[in-house]
Amino acid sequence: MQLMRIYLKFDFNLICKAVLQEQLDALGMKYTIHGFGEIEFDRRPTDEEEQEMASLLGNYGIEIMDDQQMALVQRIKDSVTEWIMDEENPKLYNFSTYLSEKLDYSYTYLSSVFSEATYSSIENFVILKKIDFAKSLILENDLTLTEIAFKLNYSSVSHLSAQFKKTTGLTPSAFQKIILKRKERALNRK
Amino acid sequence: MPLHTLNIALADDDEDDRTLFKEAMNEIRIKTKLSLFNNGKELMDYLTLPNVILPEIVFLDLNMPIKNGMQCLNEIRNHPRLQELLVAIYSTSSSEADIEETFVNGANIYINKPNSFGALKQAIEKVLQINWQYHTSALNKDNFLLRI
Repeated sequence: MQLMRIYLKFDFNLICKAVLQEQLDALGMKYTIHGFGEIEFDRRPTDEEEQEMASLLGNYGIEIMDDQQMALVQRIKDSVTEWIMDEENPKLYNFSTYLSEKLDYSYTYLSSVFSEATYSSIENFVILKKIDFAKSLILENDLTLTEIAFKLNYSSVSHLSAQFKKTTGLTPSAFQKIILKRKERALNRK
Repeated sequence: MPLHTLNIALADDDEDDRTLFKEAMNEIRIKTKLSLFNNGKELMDYLTLPNVILPEIVFLDLNMPIKNGMQCLNEIRNHPRLQELLVAIYSTSSSEADIEETFVNGANIYINKPNSFGALKQAIEKVLQINWQYHTSALNKDNFLLRI
């Protein structure tokens, strides 16, 4: 009898994705696989479903992570959003006090957990989130830039403009112009 | 942690530019996996493979043979599976008209190729930091514009 060998080359990303799809389909829940080992479900799995999932995936050496640090990072982000959206809070508190009282950890600890997990500081995230909010307000076009600056608790409109430019590389008006042109073009294409 | 590594694709026909980009990437704290392409066609052929894991961000040189950066950008924005990709234009052109045109066509980021290695590293680090947040937080990607 003649022996034969064949040689294989693997695409691990593809294999993992195929295994995940197969197992998650068996579970019967709607899901989306994000490229970096993250699965999003359209609802919270029940305890039974979570156990079943853990055992199905466990057969392939895939483990569901229960990472408390990531959970804390998420709570920090949620608190930042809340703090920015709430027009009363920013005037009463200083942000670090607000955050450490709300989450019951020292601000130093929260900062280090956050930078470790996200590669940037809480302060940077606050700015990013404020500018993200400013962008949507600019596009809604109901408020003047001065009103937006006041709403987001900037000391002046020039402070807002400067931070906008520093964060995005664009002035608020250049930003607005580009998005409007994009929308026009999308409409013309239809 | 849900996000371990950022998958990044770069299409640039200049070999030296690709090498510098790769070296800069290696010196950054953020963990990345970089795929390099010699021109726009190679990149698009890869992105449209069935079942390919899409990168979190695509860097496009504007002037490339066979298929240039602007053509790639338009194809990406008109492709149902690719249209949500974050696209960074990485170019030597600093003409305001070019820059506005790429943004209007759907680019998220415009980087003027820096002329020193230090500046390149800084630019890439800033882009990746912000991208990390866009991929892990509730920030509006439709309004994501960044010029460096």
